[in-house]
Formats: sequence, structure tokens, C-alpha cells
Amino acid sequence: MGLAGFEVEVQRQTEGGGLVTEDMTLNMGPQHPSTHGVLRFVVRADGEVMKEALPDVGYLHRSIEKIAEKVGWHGFLPYTDRVDYVAAMFCNHGWAMACEQLAGIAVPRRGEYCRVIADEMCRLHSHLLSVGSMAMDLGAFTPFTHAIREREYLNDLFEELCGARLTFHYMRIGGVGWDLPPGFGDKLAHFLDRFEPLIDEYDRLISYNKIYTERLAGVAVISPQDAIDYNLVGPNLRGSGIRYDVRRDDPYSVYPELDFEVPVGRGELGVLGDCFDRYIVRVREMRESCRILRQCLRQIPDGPVIAKVPRNFKPPAGDCYVRVESARGDMGWYVVSDGTAFPHRCKIRTGSFAAISMIPRLSRGLMLADLVAVIASLDLVAPEIDR
Amino acid sequence: MDPAAIYTRVRERFGDAIGELTGSGRTAGCTVAPARVAEVAAWLRHEPGLAFDCLSTLAGVDYPKRNVIQVVYVLYSYRARHWFTLRVDAPRDDPRVASVSGVWSAAEWHEREVFDLLGVHFDGHPDLRRLLMPEDWPGHPLRKDFVEPEEYHGIRTSRESLLKA
Amino acid sequence: MSLVNTAPEMALTGRIDDLLNWTRKSSLWYMLFGLACCAIEMMQTGGPRADLERFGMAPRATPRVSDVLIVSGTLTLKMALRTRLLYDQMPEPRYVVSMGSCANCGGLFQLAYSVCDGVDKVIPVDVYVPGCPPRPEALTEGLVKLQQKIQQERWLVRKTEPVGVRA
Repeated sequence: MGLAGFEVEVQRQTEGGGLVTEDMTLNMGPQHPSTHGVLRFVVRADGEVMKEALPDVGYLHRSIEKIAEKVGWHGFLPYTDRVDYVAAMFCNHGWAMACEQLAGIAVPRRGEYCRVIADEMCRLHSHLLSVGSMAMDLGAFTPFTHAIREREYLNDLFEELCGARLTFHYMRIGGVGWDLPPGFGDKLAHFLDRFEPLIDEYDRLISYNKIYTERLAGVAVISPQDAIDYNLVGPNLRGSGIRYDVRRDDPYSVYPELDFEVPVGRGELGVLGDCFDRYIVRVREMRESCRILRQCLRQIPDGPVIAKVPRNFKPPAGDCYVRVESARGDMGWYVVSDGTAFPHRCKIRTGSFAAISMIPRLSRGLMLADLVAVIASLDLVAPEIDR
Repeated sequence: MDPAAIYTRVRERFGDAIGELTGSGRTAGCTVAPARVAEVAAWLRHEPGLAFDCLSTLAGVDYPKRNVIQVVYVLYSYRARHWFTLRVDAPRDDPRVASVSGVWSAAEWHEREVFDLLGVHFDGHPDLRRLLMPEDWPGHPLRKDFVEPEEYHGIRTSRESLLKA
Repeated sequence: MSLVNTAPEMALTGRIDDLLNWTRKSSLWYMLFGLACCAIEMMQTGGPRADLERFGMAPRATPRVSDVLIVSGTLTLKMALRTRLLYDQMPEPRYVVSMGSCANCGGLFQLAYSVCDGVDKVIPVDVYVPGCPPRPEALTEGLVKLQQKIQQERWLVRKTEPVGVRA
């Protein structure tokens, strides 16, 4: 415990008159009032200005990748929910896609549409929490309660769809677990009619609030070159101006048939690639998700929702790498099969892992209060980092 | 460019440090000698036309039957939109691989994780220490022959079943 | 000279105990100890629909000012040492609610090498709330049960045989 491995060189200066100043070494976490989970930072600060913030992770390492080797292909699906519990559908989707690619299984079209509906609802779910908790971290409590209220309506819809509110286990290898219940389309359309004007209300409430923008604009600028070098993905990458989205540029499922825009940061209130850009990209993505959901409800065909997959699933030996555009960016699944009923290796490469590795570099010269803004704008969640 | 064309260029540049072209789709690629992987990676990154500016994944896989630990690098190029995979086989008793953290900064933490969970030592890494497990944890958990310790700092790692009489 | 558990059971002393317990149970401030998935459900429980503030429960950031520690989520071995430290920092009377399967017994992560199978290996627990994750209604029921447990404590009056919680 303590500072083992974090020995930092503390600088002392003697100013005129015999005053000695010294850097402070502060500990932030692993328990702290934030939704991002158990993260710990050892911060070396000169008064209020940080010299460096070193992250210490592993407090939520639940050895999910090793468990994959013990429980088998079908049995691993509930564990994938816990890899990123805020956006669990994407993780289900990634694992199911990897298994289907290894075994050459084609998912029926209705199953693919169900998957996209579940995915985009989950994107709304996750972005609401991210945007709400970002406001709460910066001191504004009301937007958080607004976000939690909207999430409750989404939770009702999810409960009708698959029975669970948070860890869904909705998708199966070969399709989805259950078809959309009767009347679900109308309920979802009713929710979207209610929700889309509320995004504008949210913007009026907090996005352009003076205190909020002063705390976010111009803080922790990430240049496009750095973003690619550190392998940032998702809204973090798009906030730096790079218009890349796996759904558009490397598409999977039925995304080629859907029409949507990819919002990018424009540096409208500060510098391109600052915290405000990453935040506003998420708000705009929520609008695009509503658009995608309406198209899916219009275009969904009839038919089965799951392909026939043997219970004793044994894909041929080999490896594959699939990507899904999760709420936190492109999540890569590298899966190795050796022909048996148990995976040989499953490696999950997540967006938050890369983002937190950038924090020592970003935090130089920032103030302590800005560290919270940076963590919130990068949308870190501990389970993605530690798995 | 398709993987065969990329492979031809890599092969003619690096010769016998490169193995055969294997795999398909995004994981099509070749094997590289452990000590040369940093050179190959730097060339792949900066060579015009290849421009692999993104290290999409760095994974370590334990193959006890072949007695190697394989480190897999899945590379992507945002500019040219093509994929290539490098695989490095390191011997299981003393796995040492050249570090690519000078080529892509994203590799720093991925290599720390592979060191922590599989025990592969990356030569040239600026700060190689455990990432996810506590500093005083014995062993490397993702290896196939890992045995869970009985207790850690006084906490027993197993729980008696309540169903036994 | 301490007055704790010294008085005989009479109308007046019993009433004083009831008053003390009522004030304590109506104002339980819980520490935000959200570790994993159950933390999201704990936040939803504190949200507008299944409101926890109507019970007088407010979320607090530090252990020094909180009464209840709601352990929501998986406890890893690396975190278990810190949990003990945080529990020791809470002033008495303090209570612990173990929320979710992972905190109760390790949950579905009993197969993991790095997970502590249950938070009661490091700190004493008052109420276990099962679920993965428990619904807000389930967590609310667990907290109400904790309130019933608190109501039956004896501070001034001499303790006799242990009293079970009325279901």
C-alpha cells in the first residue's frame, strides 16, 4: 500500500529570505465521490498546480479475461456485461460477433436490427450517465438528477426487453435472446418523442452555462496526433477533430443501411480538443442515436432473431479481432480459439485504458480541480480499465 | 493495401527476421523475431504508403504446448485504412521482447499489463512494473500453470460452501 | 462513569432509548463507496424515482461524517485492505450494508483469482442485500431492515437476551 512504486522526486526550492517550498504528494482515491469507479491518483503538486498525476489502477481487476478460459463460449456472455457495466450491450455484441466470426455464423436480419436497437438505447443510457456525472463532478447537482430521471425511463424499456436494468445479457451467440415484445416499438417511439426535446433542455440548463464553460474550455487540450498516438477512441478521438467512427468507417451489423452523422469537436468555445469538445460530442451523439432508433423502428424486417447455434459450441482453431463502437469508443476483442469448448484467450482492448494512460501527460500544469474535469471528460470507467 | 502486399514489402526489407504470412482478415500478418520487433514497428509506422499510426491491440497469449508466450500486435492505419498483425514468440522460461513504446505511446500501458499478467519482460520500456495486480503479488496470473495463492495479507482466497453440513 | 447499558428497563428509560434510535435511524448518511455495477443502481436508488432522501439518507464523500457504509460492488484483494482502513475511519455507531452478490459472497467472480469472496471477510456486516445488481426497491428494503435493526438497539437500558428483527 502507500507509495510503493510511486517514488517521485520531490523538489525543494529555497527562496530569498530563507523560505523553503516543497512539492506536495497527495493521494486521490481509490474511494472518492465520483461515478468513475475505483481509481487512484498520486498527485505531485506545487500548491494548487499539479506537476504530475500518476494513476494507480487495478482496484477493480476481476480477472474477467481468465474467467473466459474457465466458463466456455456461451457462459462468458454474462461476464461481458461486467466489462463495462455502464454500456453493457456493446460488450455482449463484441463477444457475440467474435464467436460468430470464428465459427462463420450469420445472424438473421431481424436479430441484427434488434441488436442495433439495443446498442443505441444503451448508448443513450451511457451518455446520459456520463454527461450527468460530469456536471455533478464539477459541482452542479441538478443535471445529474435530470439524467438519472431519464435513465429510469430507459430502464423501464430495457426491463421490458430483456428483464434486467443494468447487466442485460440480452445478446446470444447467433442473435439476441428474445424478440422485441409486442407494443415495444410504440413505447420506444413515445420515449423518443419525449426525450429529444429534453436534450435541448439539457443544453439550455448546463452546456453553455458560464461557470461550466470556463471550467471546460481550453482545459487539457489533446492534439489529433497525440490522440492517435495514444490510441484514443470514440468521443475522445472525435473531440480532437478526427471524424472516425467504426459504425461509419469499418461498419458491422446493419449500420450501412442506416443514415446518421458523426459529430466532431470544432473548438467552438476554446481550443480544438479540449474538455468542452469531448463533452459536446457526447450530447450531439445522443441526438444521432435517437435518429438511428427511429430509422430502425421503421425498417425492422420480420423473421427469426437468432441463428441455430449448437449448445456445445466449438469454433475452429484460429484467432479473430472484432470492433464495436461502444459508448466509450471502439472496443476491440481479440479472441483465440483452440477448437475446444473453452476459449484459449480473450483480450479486451477498451477506450478507457488508453485514455487513462494519457493522464500523466495531460495533467502537467493543470490545477487540482481540473483533474476532475479531465477524468470526467475522458469518460473513464474503472471496469474498462481493470477488467 | 491487402496483407499479402504489405507482407511482401516487410519481407524484402527485413529478410529473415520475418516468418510466414498467416491468419486472415484483420489478424493477417507475420511472425517477427523478439529482438527486432521495435525496428519493424518503427519502419511500419513511418514508411509512406504503410503508415501504421495506430496500435489497435497488444495482447499476450500463453501457449504451453508450444512452450512460447506469443505477443500479438494488431496494427491499423487511419490514413490508408489497412490492417496488419505482428506476432512475436518468446520462450516461456525467459520471455524478453523489445519494447515498442517508443513507436506508439499507447504501447506503454499495454506492455505493462502483459508484464504483470504473463511475465514478459520488455527491453527498453521506461517504467516496467505491475499494473493491475498489487506489487507484492506472487506469480503471473494469466499463465496457464498459475496456481492461486491460499491467502493474501491474511485474507483467505476461497470461501467455504454454505451448503456443506 | 459511563451510563451505557446500566439502567433497568422502565417506561422512561425505554422511551429515551427509542428516541435515540429514532433520531439515528431517520438520518443515516451513507458513504459513497460504489465499487462496481451496484454503484450505478445505488445512484439510481438515490435518484428521483426510488428516492433515498425521503428516509433522511444523504450521500457523503468521506467516512468521517457517514453512518452507513454501503459496499456496492466487487471487492478485490487490492481494495480489501483499503476497505478496512475506511471502515476504521468511520465514527461509531456505524453500520455496513453489503449490497449485491459480489459483496455478499464474491458473486459470479468466485472463479477469479483477484477477488475477495465477500466483504464480511474484512469488515462486519449488518444487512446483506442479494441481487446482481439489486433493484432500487431491494436496496430500499435492505435499508429499511437496517432501520428496524437500529430501532431495537439498547443504549441506556441494560441488554437482556438478543432481540431478532421483526420481519
